[in-house]
Amino acid sequence: MARRAQPVGRYAGGATALGLVALTLGTLGAVAWRAGSAGGLTGGLGPADWAALRFTLLQAGLSAALSVALAVPVARALARRWFFGRRALIALMGAPFILPVIVAVLGLLAVFGRGGILNAGLAALGLAPLSIYGLHGVILGNVFFNLPLAVRLILQGWLSIPAERFRLAAALGFAPAEIARQIERPMLREIVPGAALAIFLICLTSFAIALTLGGGPRATTIELAIYQAFRFDFDLGHAATLAALQFAISGAAMLLALRLTLPQASAAGLDRPVERWDAASPWLRAQDAVLTTLAALFLLTPLALIVTQGLPTLLTLPGIVWTSALNSLVVALASAGLATAAALALALAITGPRPALYEAAGMLPLATSPLVLGTGLFLILNPVVDPSRLALAVTALSNAAVALPFGLRALVPALREVEASHGRLADALGMQGLARLRLLILPRLRRPLGFSMGLAAALSMGDLGVVTLFAPPEGGTLPLQLYRLMGAYRMNDAAGAALLLLILSFALFWIFDRGGRADAEA
Amino acid sequence: MLKLENLRLTQGDWTLEADLGLPAGTRCALIGPSGAGKSTLLGAIAGFVPPARGRILWQGQDLGSQAPGARPVSILFQDNNLFPHLTTAQNVGLGLRPNLRLTADEHARVAEALARTGLQDFGARKPAALSGGQQSRVALARALLRARPLLLLDEPFAALGPALRAEMLDLVARICAETGATLLMVSHDPGDACRIADQTIVVADGRAAPPEPTEALFADPPEALRRYLGEG
Repeated sequence: MARRAQPVGRYAGGATALGLVALTLGTLGAVAWRAGSAGGLTGGLGPADWAALRFTLLQAGLSAALSVALAVPVARALARRWFFGRRALIALMGAPFILPVIVAVLGLLAVFGRGGILNAGLAALGLAPLSIYGLHGVILGNVFFNLPLAVRLILQGWLSIPAERFRLAAALGFAPAEIARQIERPMLREIVPGAALAIFLICLTSFAIALTLGGGPRATTIELAIYQAFRFDFDLGHAATLAALQFAISGAAMLLALRLTLPQASAAGLDRPVERWDAASPWLRAQDAVLTTLAALFLLTPLALIVTQGLPTLLTLPGIVWTSALNSLVVALASAGLATAAALALALAITGPRPALYEAAGMLPLATSPLVLGTGLFLILNPVVDPSRLALAVTALSNAAVALPFGLRALVPALREVEASHGRLADALGMQGLARLRLLILPRLRRPLGFSMGLAAALSMGDLGVVTLFAPPEGGTLPLQLYRLMGAYRMNDAAGAALLLLILSFALFWIFDRGGRADAEA
Repeated sequence: MLKLENLRLTQGDWTLEADLGLPAGTRCALIGPSGAGKSTLLGAIAGFVPPARGRILWQGQDLGSQAPGARPVSILFQDNNLFPHLTTAQNVGLGLRPNLRLTADEHARVAEALARTGLQDFGARKPAALSGGQQSRVALARALLRARPLLLLDEPFAALGPALRAEMLDLVARICAETGATLLMVSHDPGDACRIADQTIVVADGRAAPPEPTEALFADPPEALRRYLGEG
């Protein structure tokens, strides 16, 4: 149906697209120019940098493989069993997306760290303690975040198999092994590669986990190497060279991902199990019960420890923690507003005629990484103004860019649906431009707008990325402050700050998402 | 006079042709089998379906270049005639100003239109709190306020029972009499057509026939209409 062009959407969408191009490709240009003058991409790379490249690929590959391999049996158990708390467990699998990385790391340290409960148990048995730091620590952190994602993606695959096929299999007397061969494996062959690639892509830009659980010459990702070149050596040329390398990898991975449609997790319809006639044996029941319990424990124990260890110090945290929390709130709100406004403008343009360029602009943030963006901004700003004075603004801006694709993913389908159901009526009444935006689009999009605001705010609240490059020694955001407390081994204060960060992140998401749903009629 | 001049509409390999005129002030029914293109024809007049060929003229003026909202047309769709997040009064007020910035005088006109359609007590309600018949009245109250010379009905009352549908058609007839509007309505029911329409256009076999007096048409239906009515 021919919808009349909407000037408001076109102008705002065009401005947003240009802003994104400037922010991503502009910073990349600054990086490339600086890297070029520092000896070119290959000339400027030392043995340590090649080691970082190898480690980045290795940890991402192992994390993806392990997450998916563990997710398959857990998803199968969730798909074929109903038990009390099943719904809550599936909802919990969505939580790591807005869980601040640094909080999760602190929780993992409380379980697997030097003084964690695992080593306490080993000591009680007279065994030598395990160290969490290094490749296995980085992978542990990545799996903690990505196992739930993989479970949700694969569970979706399981639940998308028509129930009639299991009924037919039962009528034909298939044993579990035959069902696996005839029905389940073909589904897994379709879902698993995409899920693994999605996780591989996420882990390629692993920074906060590598910063806290990796480090040292043998466990440094490129993102972390950029930070070290910045922070310890203040070698901007070297940082720029590494940033160009990171962009080349992210870009290549992005092109790979475009050829393979990545599956997308959605919460819809995951709360009904499939009826299975083949899986009633006590052995299979016990196996599924053990698997779901282990998965729940793996996810819940670190979070429970954050809560119990953080509560005693929550109200007596030092003043600097509270001021950085305030900084973080301001950054999160600014970033959420910016990301959502930009996503809406771009979504309006994408649902109009000739959307290709706008769609491409909306994907640019996926191809860049926060640290590359930060390096570029630093190189651009440094000659003009003291970058540390702009630390919070730059953090908000880069967080908004990172959150924008998720906002688009929520808004574009919703906008299409609004135009399909009410666009003709609005056209017939001559509702155009701002009147259409105010009277039709904004009210109808309350839910996805609220979701997008909540997601962007929570992501920004917990982000430990660009701010590490820019923040002055005493300033910065709550995640950065938490990292400093951990670095200073002030673990009691760190636990309190982690709990505060956890509460703020989830509260921000909950308030906005809830606000979008409140008295949303028909 | 509404003129469909050598008009052809196409969607894929489906086509509909029309070459006819309808005098201003006529109340005309469109009747024919489903899929024949009755709704598409209304959609073309309202500006949602660009013609593959030919022109649509109202009082000698080509409507082709006008956006749907700028045409001398009010249309009621089969469903989604109201915005669910706006109140009854706001939905009606959109007929005066698409940005809802109404003056005091315009608010009074909205209240009057609501009163004339029996909705005086429902101005603050949202569509979900109204019955199907009341929702139809809201859409008609808006058409009354817009007072465009062409009123197109794409079976907006299809979901209502026979008594309620007859009541709505009477209200439509009153509105047309008051505003002097030319009515063009899709209908499945010969009873509806006879009740309100003095002229009828048969849409069948890829063609919209010129309008004929409704009574004469049903007294001696042509072949295409006979097939549709199931009379052999």
